[in-house]
Formats: sequence, structure tokens, C-alpha cells
Amino acid sequence: MNQSNQKDKKDKPLKYYSAVTRAFREEMIRNENVVLIGEDVGESGGIFAQTKGLFSEFGPDRVRDTPIAEAGFTSLAVGAAMTGLRPIVEIGFEDFLTACMDPIVNQAAKLRYMLGGQVKVPVTMYTFGSGGLNAGPQHSQSLAAWFSHVPGLKVVMPSSAKDALGLLKSSIRDDNFVLCLMCKSLIGSREPVPQENTEFLIPLGKAEIKRSGEDVTIVAVGAMVRQALAASKSLSGEGIETEVVDPRTVSPLDIDTILESLSKTRRLIVVHEAMSPCGIGAEIIAQVVETDPQLLECAPLRLTPPFAPSPFAPCLEKIYLPDAEKIASSVRTMMS
Amino acid sequence: MVEISKTKALEIHCKLWEIRLFELKASELYKDGTLPGFIHLSVGQEACAVGACLALNRDDFITSTHRGHGHCLAKGADAKAMMAELAGKETGYSKGRGGSMHIADVSVGVLGANGIVGQSAPLACGAAYTAQVKKTGQIALAFFGEGASGAGPVHEAMNIAALWKLPVIFFCECNRYAELSPFDVHVSVPNVSARAKGYGFEGVTIDGSDVMEVYSSVLKAASKVRQGMGPILIEAKTHRWHGHYEGDPMNYLDRSERDPDNRIDPIQRFESDFAETLELSPDDLLSSKKKALALVDQAVEFALSSENPSSALMMEDVLS
Ligand SMILES: Cc1ncc(C[n+]2csc(CCOP(=O)(O)OP(=O)(O)O)c2C)c(N)n1
Ligand SMILES: [Mg+2]
Repeated sequence: MNQSNQKDKKDKPLKYYSAVTRAFREEMIRNENVVLIGEDVGESGGIFAQTKGLFSEFGPDRVRDTPIAEAGFTSLAVGAAMTGLRPIVEIGFEDFLTACMDPIVNQAAKLRYMLGGQVKVPVTMYTFGSGGLNAGPQHSQSLAAWFSHVPGLKVVMPSSAKDALGLLKSSIRDDNFVLCLMCKSLIGSREPVPQENTEFLIPLGKAEIKRSGEDVTIVAVGAMVRQALAASKSLSGEGIETEVVDPRTVSPLDIDTILESLSKTRRLIVVHEAMSPCGIGAEIIAQVVETDPQLLECAPLRLTPPFAPSPFAPCLEKIYLPDAEKIASSVRTMMS
Repeated sequence: MVEISKTKALEIHCKLWEIRLFELKASELYKDGTLPGFIHLSVGQEACAVGACLALNRDDFITSTHRGHGHCLAKGADAKAMMAELAGKETGYSKGRGGSMHIADVSVGVLGANGIVGQSAPLACGAAYTAQVKKTGQIALAFFGEGASGAGPVHEAMNIAALWKLPVIFFCECNRYAELSPFDVHVSVPNVSARAKGYGFEGVTIDGSDVMEVYSSVLKAASKVRQGMGPILIEAKTHRWHGHYEGDPMNYLDRSERDPDNRIDPIQRFESDFAETLELSPDDLLSSKKKALALVDQAVEFALSSENPSSALMMEDVLS
């Protein structure tokens, strides 16, 4: 069992957005090269209060509001990382990552390789993505697969407050460009976490079994982890025990933990908020089948939205997104 | 001031009120949970939308922002289909799939509100390019904020527009804040209009709370850009009364900025400064406000009695 599964009586509940603040604060105290830049990360404390208090504690050199210039300040962060700082960069909504694709894909991801290993690019970029808030087509996307397609980047998806804390801290200490895709719908969710100033880190590249079960493996990412756990609870009452695997880092992907789970259950459902084509589910299933074509006893399933932008109307977004109910009914079908 | 007819003056007055009342109603319906998602209101900025759009021709184009209700209404979009869109109904402009940030009515030249800051400028350049190539005589006007003025796409758009002499007006609504942070965080010079000089075209700063000043400035600019003299940048200084989004606690404002008495009201200004010269009687003002109220009431009624979109609509219009 890995570190984050250990529970301590002294653990206190923390909100998802406060986990962000705490991770940054602890790492900024620990290493003076860590700086934080982005739109409204400064004095105002962020649109979700995720950076509250950091400006007054660390001052304007280390916590800086940027103008609305994602391409410019992301490349700036890359340049700063090459020369000794360890920038944390906020992009408000995941959808706006498209405004800084070149700095991420052509600069951050490739500079170390192209420059013969002379530089490191220790940037932690975090952003709030995915749906469920009726935010419409330009404010609801989940783009993890795009960045998982690029060598030289790490992609992390914290599915709870505790994971946010441990994964963000590890991301900041990592010497690579780590993209941390947070979930808007989890902002106010809370979970007990180890006390402040404990060395609580969750290793990048390690999946976690969020629930053990014998019958079906559900691999879920981001906000879908909670949905999978809720589905598991109701299925358990019907005598079906699912195992919920949260990759936590989608690139590099911990396929071993998934394979291990499948050697027990031999049934696989992958759930994510991004659409199926060329997605994380496709990658996981491909890796499973390539490793052992006999491992699965029935066809695997990707439970994802239809291939359309995320609709605004609540009644449509409800149909669009996977949820606990849909997961449970897919599991039942698979078991019957 | 340019000369305008009484009819035009009444049109301006009614539009100012239609926007104000539409947005206050939206605010109310958002608070009580009737409207979902996020909404951004332009209450206090009505003179910009009205002055700019009423100086354009019906077939001229505008591109808008996340704060676009005023722009769309002023350009002639229908309040009913707009409110229905805000409510996520099938009868909305985007069939309920877009919401407040994506209202469009191409038939009156509204190429869409837009959730991505900075894109309104290059999109407007595209419309201006079409007009130039097809020699239609149309022009395009891009609304954007002072926050957006720091975005790469806006600068790229200005340079291209200058190089190609595109018939486009860059209309910057400088409402002093971008999200939670003030002007100084975003703009390195006192006036956004100064940017134009660097690209070799004219830039002016005007009072965006004065609808007549906005109207005459855009009218003048429109006639120049229509003649093929290249783009013009107009910066209108204005005030955002509400938060960045509805529900914004506005902790970043100090007490005097929060005080409703310190607000500059463009509608009141129009009524007190111009009604007399434009020969609008108190009765005229009252009846045009009533007309606006009726339009908004009808819009709400229409929106609330409309159907939710059918699930089949989710997959429509993904591709042509
Ligand atoms: C590319 C991009 N970056 C960031 C955002 C988030 N955002 C939405 S509105 C806004 C502020 C825009 O300020 P301004 O241009 O002054 O317009 P205003 O809101 O004042 O009307 C920001 C940063 C966005 N929508 N798109
Ligand atoms: Mg602004």
C-alpha cells in the first residue's frame, strides 16, 4: 500500500482548492526558487481563492499577476525555469491551454532534448478543467490526452483534495514540465489530509487503487473517480464488487497497476470526461491488449461523452457526461 | 455632437434601457437559480454597446466577448432568443448549447459573443477581409476589454489590419478591471488607445459613459474605415457595476468603489444631458423605457415557457 492510503487520526479535512494553496505555500517556504505567476494569482487570491494569502506572505517578486497573455507568460516561465527558477504557472481554465500550446509543446517539452540535456524545465502548470458546471463548450474541456501524446511532459490529474496536495507538491519538486489538470467540479470537495508541514508527497507515475474488488476494474480519472466510487457502493449492495483504479498521473501511465488489477477481475471499463477518439481509454485498452490479448474475458468498454463539444444546457450536459448511474449500469451489463 | 433625429434619439434611449433591464433581470434569474452556468454582465457599460452599434449599418459585423449581452442587443439581436439561450432552452440562439457567452445572430451581423479573451479582434479582421475581398462596403467592429488588449491575438490582429488596410474598428471597453485585477496589472500605458500608434493607425480615447460621444466617434471612424483608410482603435473609458461574473464577491474593490452612489450611470447621463437638446419630453422618456421593459418581460416569458433542448440536438451542427 502506498503512502497516500495511510490514514492518520490527526488528519484534518481540507478543501480541494485549499490543498492547492497549501501545496504552494509549503513548497515556496521549502525552496526560494519556487515562484507563482498567472492571471489573478496575486493580491486577489484567485477566482476560486486557490492562491489566497500567498501574495502577502511571499511578496510581488515571487507571486505575480500576469496580464492576459498565456502564450507569453508560459514561454517566460520556461525561460525562467531554464535559468534557475521553478515557476508554478496558473492557466485559469483548462480550455485556455490552447492559447499556450507552442510554449508547452514545442518549447517546454523539447528544449532539454534539443539542447543536449543542458537544461531542465521545472515548471508546474496547473489549471481547472472538465465539466459539470454548465460552463459551455469553451469552458468545460478535458484535454489530458492531447498532452499525454507529447514526450517530455508529465500530466497529472488529482481526483481529491489529498491527491491535489500530494501530487502538486511532487510536481513542484519534479525537474520537468508537469501539467496538473484539476477539476472545477471538485473545488469545494473536502477530504482529510495529513497535518501541515508533514512531508506528504504522492509519487508521480503511480496509480492508486481507490477501492478493491474482484469483479470489474474501473479505471477512472479526475472527477470520474468519485463517480466510480459512488457507483461501486451501490453495486456492492447488489453483490458486484468493483475495483477502482485512479492512474493519478496519466503520463507517464502506470500500466502495471492496471494490469495487476485486471489479472484479478479480467473485466475493464475506462471512464473519463474527454471523448473516446485517441483518448486515454484508447491508450489504456491498447496497452492492455498488447501486453496480453487473453487477459480480458469480455470486450473492454470506454465510458465517455459522445463526440461533440460539451453542451451548455443542464439537461444536455447531464446526458453528455458519464456519472455514477451510467457507470453502474455499464458494470451490470458487463457482468450479465 | 452629431445631429440626430428624434427617432434615433428615442431608439438610443430605448436600447440603453433594454440592455439595462435585460441584464438586471438576468442577474435576478441567476440568483434564484433559474439561469445556469456563468454569466458576465455589462451593467454600467450600456453606452458603449449602444453608441457603437447604432452607428453601424445593419449588415456591418460585430464580434463580441464573454460580456456580450449589450453588444448583441444593441446590434439588433432579439431579446427573446437571447434570454432563452441564457436559460439553456431549445428556442435560444444556440439551441441551448452555447449559453450566455456564445450568443450570435448572424442575420444582424452579430458573429458571436466569445469565451476566449482576445479572439474577438482577429475574428473581426476576418469579417473585414471578406468585406474587402468581396467589395461589399461592410465594416467590422471588434469589442474587447482592456484586459484583452494585452493578449497576443489582439496585437497580431492590429498589425495585420494595418498592413492590409482592413475596414475594421477595434473598440476597447476599458472598464478598469479584468477579472479581479485593475487596469495597472494589464496595461503598461495610461491609455490603450496609445497602442494604435505603434501599428501606424489612429487611436482615440473617449468617454464611454457618454452615449452620444461614443455614437459620434464610431460614426466618424466607420466612415473612414469604410473608405479603405485602414483600421481605427477607439478606447472607451467605462465602468463595470457588477462583478466579473454574477456571484463575484468583489473583495478587490475598496469601499468607495463599492458605493452605489459613486457609480456613473450612462442612462441617467443621457437623460439629464441630452433629453432637452434632442427634444425628448419626460413622457417620451417614460414611454421608451416602458417599451424596453415590455421587451424584456416578453423575453423572460418566452424563455421560461420554452422547452428544454431535445437530446438529439446535442449531436447536431458538430460538422457542416
Ligand atoms: C484566453 C483566455 N484567457 C483567460 C480567460 C479568463 N478570463 C475571462 S474574462 C477575463 C478578463 C477579461 O478582461 P477584459 O478584457 O478587461 O474584459 P472585461 O471582463 O472587463 O469585460 C479573463 C482573464 C479567458 N476567457 N480566455
Ligand atoms: Mg475590463
